[in-house]
Amino acid sequence: MISFFIKRLLLLIPVFLAVSMVIFMIVHLVPGDPIDNLVQINSTPEQKAALAAKYGLDKPLYQQYAIWLGKALSGDLGDAIILRRPVVDLIALNLPHSLALGALALAFSTVVGIGAGALAAIYKDSLIDRTTMTLILLGSTVPGFWLGLLLIMLFAVQLGWFPVSGARSWDALVLPVLTVGLGGVALVARVTRVAMMETARKDFVMMLHAKGVPPWQIELRHVLRHALLPVVTILSLRIGWILGGAVTVEFVFARPGLGSLLITSLNQRDYPVVQGSLLMLAIAVMLGTLLGDVVQAAMDPRVRERIK
Amino acid sequence: MAALDPIRKAIRSPRGAGSAAVLVLVVACAVFAPLLAPYAYDIQNLPGANTEPGWAHWMGTDEFGRDLFSRIVYGARTSLTVAISAISISVAAGLTLGAMAGYFGGPFDRAVTAVVDLTWSFPEILIALILIAIIGPGLESTMVAISIAYLAQFTRLTRAQIMALKNETYVEATANLGAGHFHIIFRHLLPNALTPVIVAGMLATGDAIILEATLGFFGLGAQPPTPSWGAMMSSGTAQIFIAPWIIIFPGLAIALTVIAINLFGDALIEALDIRNRLRSS
Repeated sequence: MISFFIKRLLLLIPVFLAVSMVIFMIVHLVPGDPIDNLVQINSTPEQKAALAAKYGLDKPLYQQYAIWLGKALSGDLGDAIILRRPVVDLIALNLPHSLALGALALAFSTVVGIGAGALAAIYKDSLIDRTTMTLILLGSTVPGFWLGLLLIMLFAVQLGWFPVSGARSWDALVLPVLTVGLGGVALVARVTRVAMMETARKDFVMMLHAKGVPPWQIELRHVLRHALLPVVTILSLRIGWILGGAVTVEFVFARPGLGSLLITSLNQRDYPVVQGSLLMLAIAVMLGTLLGDVVQAAMDPRVRERIK
Repeated sequence: MAALDPIRKAIRSPRGAGSAAVLVLVVACAVFAPLLAPYAYDIQNLPGANTEPGWAHWMGTDEFGRDLFSRIVYGARTSLTVAISAISISVAAGLTLGAMAGYFGGPFDRAVTAVVDLTWSFPEILIALILIAIIGPGLESTMVAISIAYLAQFTRLTRAQIMALKNETYVEATANLGAGHFHIIFRHLLPNALTPVIVAGMLATGDAIILEATLGFFGLGAQPPTPSWGAMMSSGTAQIFIAPWIIIFPGLAIALTVIAINLFGDALIEALDIRNRLRSS
C-alpha cells in the first residue's frame, strides 16, 4: 500500500512539471513584454531593466522556468500588481476557504449521493426512484452558478435563513456547499443506483435470498458494499471536477477562495496572481486525484496490482 | 436517407420527441432571432429599467431597460454558435488525433495518450481558464478554450474505437489489396468509428453551452452589449433583490436547452444501441 502511494506520487511529478510549464508560459504567451505583465505599468526603463534582472527575464526561457519553479517551490510566487502584496500571502488567505468548501462539498456529494442512489435502487421504479432520477438529471444539467443564484434568491433574499454572500460565519457555507455538492450528488447517485441494480442480479445475492436473509440486510450489507467500488472509482476520477465546481460557486457567492482570486485576477490581468492561483488549483486537483486513487487502492487490491 | 433512421427512431419515444421539439425551438430562436425578438437587443431605456414581466415585456427588462426576451432570443445565437463551432472543431481534431494515435501506435500514440491523460484529470473549467489567461477574454477565446478543453475526450474515444476496429479481417483484407494507411483510416476505419464520437460530441455541446455561460458569467466570455445567457445573469446579480427575473429567465433558457440536448442524446444512444461503445473509452 505504501509502495503504491509512493509510486502514484512519483507519477505526479511529470504531470506537475508539464502543468507548471504551461502556467509559467502564460506571461510569455500573452501579448506584450513579459515584464509589463509582471509589474505595474508606468515603470521607468531603469526600473524595468532592474526588474528584468530580478525576475531573470534576461536569461534563456528554460533557465527562467527553472528560476521561477525554484522560487515557487520555496514559496515565492512574486508580488500582486494590483494589491501589491506577495502572491503567497493572498493564497494563504484564500486557500482555507476553498479547502473547507471543497471538502464539505465532497463529503456532501458522497454521503447524500450514495444515500439517494441506494434508495432509488432499493425502491426501483417507485416514486422515490423517479424523483431521485429527475433530481439527478436536473443536478447534472443545471449550470452550477445559476443554481447558486436561485438558492440565494430563495434562502437568502426571500427567507433570510442564510447570508447572501461572504464568509463571515459558518452558515455562509451552507448554500455554497449545497450548490457545489448537488452536481456531485447527481453523479454519485447515478453510479450507486446502477451499480446496486447490477449487483442485485448476481448469483450470491440470489443465494442470500434463498437462505432467507432479510432483504434490508442483503441490500445494505451485501449489495451496497459491492456497489461502493464503482462509486469510489467515479469519485476518484471526478474529484477535480467537484473542485472545479467550487471555483465557479465561490465567485457567485462572493466568497474568498482560490477560484474567486483567479477570476478576479484574470479580469484585472494581474498575471502573478493568475499564475499563483492556477498553480495552487492544479496542485489541489492533482492531490485530490491522488487521494481518490489511494482510497480506491485501499478498497480494491486489483488497482494496486495495475500500477506495478 | 438511412443516416436519418436513428433520429427518426429517437423521435418516436416521448422523451426524444419532447426534447427534439425544444431543440428545434432553440435553433429557430437562434436562426430567426431578428424576426422573433420584439425589440432590438441593445436598445436601452433607462426609465423603464428593471420592469417586472408584463404585457409589454413578458420577461421584464434588465438594468438598462433592455427587453429581456429579445436578449434571450439573441442569446441563443451566441450560445449555440460558440458551443457548436467549438465542439465541431474539437470533434474534428479529436477524430484526426485519435485515429492517427490508435492506428499507428508507437511514439506518436504514446505522446498523444500522455497529453490526453494529463488533461483528463483536470476539470474543463480549469483548462478553459488557463487558456483564457493566455489568449485573453472574449467570445473567440471562449470558442478556442472550449474546443481545447474537450479535445481529450474525443481523442480518447476515437482512439479506443480505432484500436477495436483495426484488427478486423476487412481491414487486413483492404491492406492486403494494397490500400495505403490514409485510405484505410479515412475510408474504412473512421466511418465505422464515427457514430459514438458524434453522439458524444452532441452531448458535449450541452456541457459547452454551460461552460460558455460560466465564462460569460465571469466576464471572460462575450463582452457587452453582445447578448450571452451567462453574461446577462452576471449583470443581474447586482439586481438580485429587485429584479430576480434577469437571472431566472436566462438560466431557464440554459437549463432547458441543456436538458433537451441530454435527453435527445440519450434517446439517440438508445436508438443506435451504442451505450457500450461510448463506455469503452
